[in-house]
Amino acid sequence: MTGPVLDIRGLRIALPKGADRPFALAGLDLSVNAGEIVCLVGESGSGKSLTAGAIMRLLPEPHVHVAGGAILFEGRDLLALPEREMKAIRGDRIAQIFQEPMTALNPQKTVGWQIDEVLRLHTRMDRKARRARVLEMLDLVHIPDPTSVHGAYPHQISGGQRQRVMIAMSLCLSPRLVIADEPTTALDVTTQLQILKLIRELQQKEDAGILFITHDFGVVAEIADRVVVLSQGEMVEHGPAAEVLNAPQHPYTRALITAIPALIPPKPRNFQGAPVVLRAQGLTKTFAPRGGLLGGKRRTVKAVDNLSFDLHRGETLGVVGESGSGKTTVSRIVTRLLEADTGAVEVNGKDLLACSPRELREMRRHIQMVFQDPMASLNPRKRVQDIIAQGPIVHGTDPATARARARDLLELVELSPAAATRFPHEFSGGQRQRIGIARALAMEPKVIVADEPVSALDVSVQAQVLKLLADLRDRLHLSLLFVTHDLRVAAQLCDRVIVMQKGEIVESGVTADLFADPRHPYTQQLLASIPGRGWTPPDLKTDAA
Amino acid sequence: MHLSQVLSYALRRLLQAVPVVLLIMVGTFLLLKMAPGDTVDALVGDMGGADAAYIEKLRAEYGLDQPVWVQLWRYMAKIVQFDFGWSFVYEKPVATILWERLGTTLLLMGSSLSLAFTIGVVLGAVAARRAYSLTDNMISTLGLVFYATPSFFLSLMMILLFSVKLGWLPVGGVKTIAAFHTGWAHVWDVALHLIMPTAALSLIYLSFYLRLMRASVLEVVELDFVRTARAKGAGEARLMVHHIMRNALLPVVTLLGLQFSTVLGGSVVVETIFALPGLGQLAYQSVIQRDMNMLMGIIFLCAIIVVIVNFLTDLLYARLDSRIALR
Amino acid sequence: MTAATTDLPRAEAPRAVTLWRRFARNRAALLGLFLFGLVVLMALTAGLVEPVDPLRRAGDPLTRPFTDWAVPLGTDQLGRDILAGLFHGARISLLVGVLATLLSIGIGVLVGALSGFFGGWVDDVLMRVTEAFQTIPNFVLLLSLVAILGSSIEYITLAIAIVSWTAPARMVRAEFMSLRHREFVDAARNLGVSNASLIFREILPNALPPVIVYASVIMALSILLESALAFLGLGDPNFASWGNMIGQGRSVLRTDWYCAAIPGIAILLTVLSFSLLGEGLNDALNPRQKKT
Repeated sequence: MTGPVLDIRGLRIALPKGADRPFALAGLDLSVNAGEIVCLVGESGSGKSLTAGAIMRLLPEPHVHVAGGAILFEGRDLLALPEREMKAIRGDRIAQIFQEPMTALNPQKTVGWQIDEVLRLHTRMDRKARRARVLEMLDLVHIPDPTSVHGAYPHQISGGQRQRVMIAMSLCLSPRLVIADEPTTALDVTTQLQILKLIRELQQKEDAGILFITHDFGVVAEIADRVVVLSQGEMVEHGPAAEVLNAPQHPYTRALITAIPALIPPKPRNFQGAPVVLRAQGLTKTFAPRGGLLGGKRRTVKAVDNLSFDLHRGETLGVVGESGSGKTTVSRIVTRLLEADTGAVEVNGKDLLACSPRELREMRRHIQMVFQDPMASLNPRKRVQDIIAQGPIVHGTDPATARARARDLLELVELSPAAATRFPHEFSGGQRQRIGIARALAMEPKVIVADEPVSALDVSVQAQVLKLLADLRDRLHLSLLFVTHDLRVAAQLCDRVIVMQKGEIVESGVTADLFADPRHPYTQQLLASIPGRGWTPPDLKTDAA
Repeated sequence: MHLSQVLSYALRRLLQAVPVVLLIMVGTFLLLKMAPGDTVDALVGDMGGADAAYIEKLRAEYGLDQPVWVQLWRYMAKIVQFDFGWSFVYEKPVATILWERLGTTLLLMGSSLSLAFTIGVVLGAVAARRAYSLTDNMISTLGLVFYATPSFFLSLMMILLFSVKLGWLPVGGVKTIAAFHTGWAHVWDVALHLIMPTAALSLIYLSFYLRLMRASVLEVVELDFVRTARAKGAGEARLMVHHIMRNALLPVVTLLGLQFSTVLGGSVVVETIFALPGLGQLAYQSVIQRDMNMLMGIIFLCAIIVVIVNFLTDLLYARLDSRIALR
Repeated sequence: MTAATTDLPRAEAPRAVTLWRRFARNRAALLGLFLFGLVVLMALTAGLVEPVDPLRRAGDPLTRPFTDWAVPLGTDQLGRDILAGLFHGARISLLVGVLATLLSIGIGVLVGALSGFFGGWVDDVLMRVTEAFQTIPNFVLLLSLVAILGSSIEYITLAIAIVSWTAPARMVRAEFMSLRHREFVDAARNLGVSNASLIFREILPNALPPVIVYASVIMALSILLESALAFLGLGDPNFASWGNMIGQGRSVLRTDWYCAAIPGIAILLTVLSFSLLGEGLNDALNPRQKKT
C-alpha cells in the first residue's frame, strides 16, 4: 500500500493583525488516502475553507498566510514548490469544487469553453479530442443533452446542473485529490442528494481522494469515510465517521451533534377546538416578467396557486418546500408585503387583503414577522431599543414607555438589557435574530410569520433560537406560521405542515403522521433526500454542555 | 448570444429613447419661449424696425398668435424634419450651418473618446493588477491630476509650451488655411491641428475611465469564478485576458455611453480655444450673438447624436454581456 | 449555553471617532483636507487679508510676481492684484460650488428616492425626464440657460444645479432599488410605518453615504463648470472669478503667462482637494469597499 494522497502536518495559517485570533488554523493534522472521503467539519469561522486555500496555495496573501507545517501531496511538500510547478498541479492533479455554482463559473463564457480550458491548460489534445472529452465528461455527470449544455452560458442552466458542470470540470483530468468546499450547501435537498450520490459514484470510479468541507453533520453521515472536526482553528476530534457520529468524545463535537434537530416530530397536540386566528383562502399570485413590448416572450410564473389554510391559536404551522415552491411568497402575501392577485387572509376575523391603507397599518399589529437574514433585517443605523420600540411608537405608545418595554423584551429573548443602546452590527447572527423576535413581540401580535428564521445560523445557534421560539410560543400562546426549507427544523417545531411544490400544496397534515407516512410522491422524495436520514444522532443530552 | 436577442434588446432601448427625444423637443420649445424676444423680434430688429400693424401681421404669419400648444405642435412637426428655422446671424437655414459644422465635432469626439478609452482602460487595468504598489500610486496620482485640470487651463498651457515656446504645433484651426494640402498631406495637417484639442478634451475622461477600470478590475478579481480559474491552473495573463477584462469592461462601456453627452459639452470650450469650426464653437457664438434658433438646433442635433451613440454602446454592451437577455 | 448568547460585545468607540480614524488612515485624504481648509480660509478672509478690490487697479499693469511686495503675485494687464483675485475668487468658487451641490443633491435625492422607492410608472416617467437631461450635453444646456436667464451669480448657480442633478438622482435610485427590498424595510413596513417614513427615516440614511462621497465630485464639477463659464466671459462680471482671470490672461499668454497660470493652479488644487476628500470620505463611510 502506498502512502496517503494528501498528508497535512501541523498546518498553521496566520490571520492579519487585529483579527479575533492570531491563527485561523492552529496545527491541523489530516490525511486523505486514495478512494477515501474525508470530511472536514466546522461551523463558520472555524478555518475550514482556508485549509482548502492553503492546499491550493491560493490564500489571500500576504494578509492570510501559512505560518508553519507541511502539506504533502503524493509525498511532495506543496508549500516548497515553485509557483510554476504549483500551477501545473492545480486543475490537473488537485481539483477544487466550490460552494456557489452560479458565481464560480465565468458568466461570459460557455460551459463547454470553461471545461475545455482545463484541457487546454494541462494537455496537448487537439480541438476535436478536447471537445469529445468535454462531452464525455458532461455525459458522465449525467447531464441530459450534453451537446446543448456545451454551448450554453452558466445562467442558462439550473443550479444543480451548474454544480454538475463544476464536477465535470474538476474531474476531467482524473485528479488524485478533489477538494470539495461545501459543494451542496447552495442546493435544494433533492438536488443535494443527487450531487452527493454523484460525487460518491465518480469517486469510486476514479479512485481519487476527496477532502469534503462541510458544516452539515447530515451530509457527513451521508458521505464521509473519516471525519475531522474543527473549532476556532483547533482540531478537536478526528476518526472514522461511524465513531465520531455515534460516539463523539470531545465536548464541542458532542454539543454540535446534540444541536442537530432529530427527525422525530413532537407529540401531536390537538387544536381542533382552538379558534382560528389566521385563515388564508384561495391565495393566488402570478409574477409577470418585466420588459413590456418586446420582452414578453418569457412565461408568466404562478408563484402561488389557489392556496388555503387555517392556523389555530397556539399552533405552529410549517410551510415546507424547496426554492421556487412559493413558500416565501406565501409569507409575504399573508403579511401583505406583497399584493396577492386574488384570495383573502382573515386575521382576527377581518380580511387583511381588503383593508384600505389606513386600516392596513392598524391591522399590521396583529400579524408580525421574523425574517431570514439577521444582517439585513435590522436597520444598521438604528439602536436596538429604537428598532424594538418603533412599532409600538408608530401605533401610538408613548416613546419612553415603549423603550422601557423594549428593555423588558430584550430580557424575554435572553439578551442583556444593556444591549438596548447598541447598534445591530455589534451583535452576532443569533443575537440579531433574537432582536428580530423581540421586535415582533413588541407589537403583541396574534400571529407571527417566521420566514426561514434559522437558516442563516450555525447549527448550535440555530438550536438555541428554535428553543427560544418554542418557549415563547408556549408561554405567550403565540400562533406561528413557520416557513422553512429544512425538514429537520420543521419536524422539531411544527404541529402541522403543508408541503408546497410549484405554488401548490401537495400534501398537508399533522407533522408526526406526515413524516411517518408520506402519501404524495414529492413528499416521499423530500423526506428521502434529507441528508443523514439513516443516522439518528445519539442521545447525548445527559451530559451536554 | 443570439443575434435576435441582441437586436431585440437594442430595439427595446431605442424605443425607450423616443419619449426622451419628445421631452427634449418640448424642452427646447419651452426654452425658446422663455428667451427674451421671438423670431419676429429678431426679424424686425434685422430690418431696422417696423410699425405695429406690420409686426402683428408677421406674428400671425409665423403662427405666434396661436395658442401655445398649437405652436408646440407645429414646432415639433418641423423639428422632426430637421427644420430648425432661420438663422438671422448667418442668413441661412439653421440646418445648413449645423451640417457644415458636424464633421469637425464628430472627428474631435471620435479621436478624444478613443484616446481616453484605450489609455484609461489600459492604465486602469495595470494599476489594479499592481494595486497599492508604486506603479499604482503613480498612475492613480496622474489620474487625480488629470481629473482636476480644467480643460481650458490645460489648453492654454499646451499652447504656451508646444506652440509659443517650442513651435511644434499649430495654435488653432482645423487645417492650415493657405496651404491647400491634398491627400495624405491634408490628413497629416488635420491630425497635427487635432493633437492639442484631443489631448485637452480627453484627459479628464481618461481619468474617469482609469479610475472606474481600476475599481472594476479590483472588484472582478475578488469574484468566485476568478478563483475557479486559478484553481484550474490558469496563469495571470490568461486570467486577465479571458476572465477579468471581459467582465471588468462592462461598467466602463456603460459609462462610455452615459458620458458621451458630457464630452460633447466639453467640446464647447476646447473648440472655442482652438478655433475649430465645430458645433461647440457654434454653440458659444450663438450664445454671444443670441441666435436662439441655432442654439436649440444644436441642442436637438446633439441629443440625436447622443441617442445614436447610446444605441451603439448598447449594441456593444449586448455583444459583451452574455446575460443581456435576462435584463 | 444561553449564558453565551447574553454576552455582549465590548462597547465600540463613538461613530464620529471611528469615522475620523478611517478617514485619517488615508494620508492623501489628509492632504485634501488641508488644501480644502486653505481654500476655505482664503474665502473667509478675502476681505481682511486682501482688502484690495480685485476688480480695481492696484499697481502697474503686468507687474511680475515676487517683484513688488504690495502685489506679491503681481498684476494683470489692467493692473489688478492677482493675489486679491485669488482670495476673492476662492469665495465665489466655494459659494457656487457649495450651493449648486446642495441644490443638485437635493433635486437628485428627491427624484431618485421617489423613482427607486415606488418603481412602476413613477420610475418610468422620472427616469425618462432624467435621461432627457442627460442626453443634452450639459455644457450646451448650461450655456443656453445662462443665455436665457442671464449671467448673475444666482442664475449661474441655479443653472449649474439644473445640469448636475441627474447623476445623484440615478445613484440614489439605484441605492433605493437595492435597499427597498431589504428585510429591514419590509420589517418596518410590517410595523405599520408610513411610506414617507420608510423613505426618509429607514432607507435614506442608508442610501446617503455614497451620495455624500459623490457630493465631492459634484462640488468639483460645479467649480469647473463655473470657471469654464467665466473663462468664456459668461460669468458674473461683478465678482472676481478664477476662470475669468484665466480668460483675461489668455490675451497676454505669449508674454506674461503667469496671469493665466496662477489662477489655473488654484483651480487645479481646489478640485484636487475635493477628489482627495472624496476618497477619504469613501474610506470612512464605505469601509467594506477597501481592503486593508
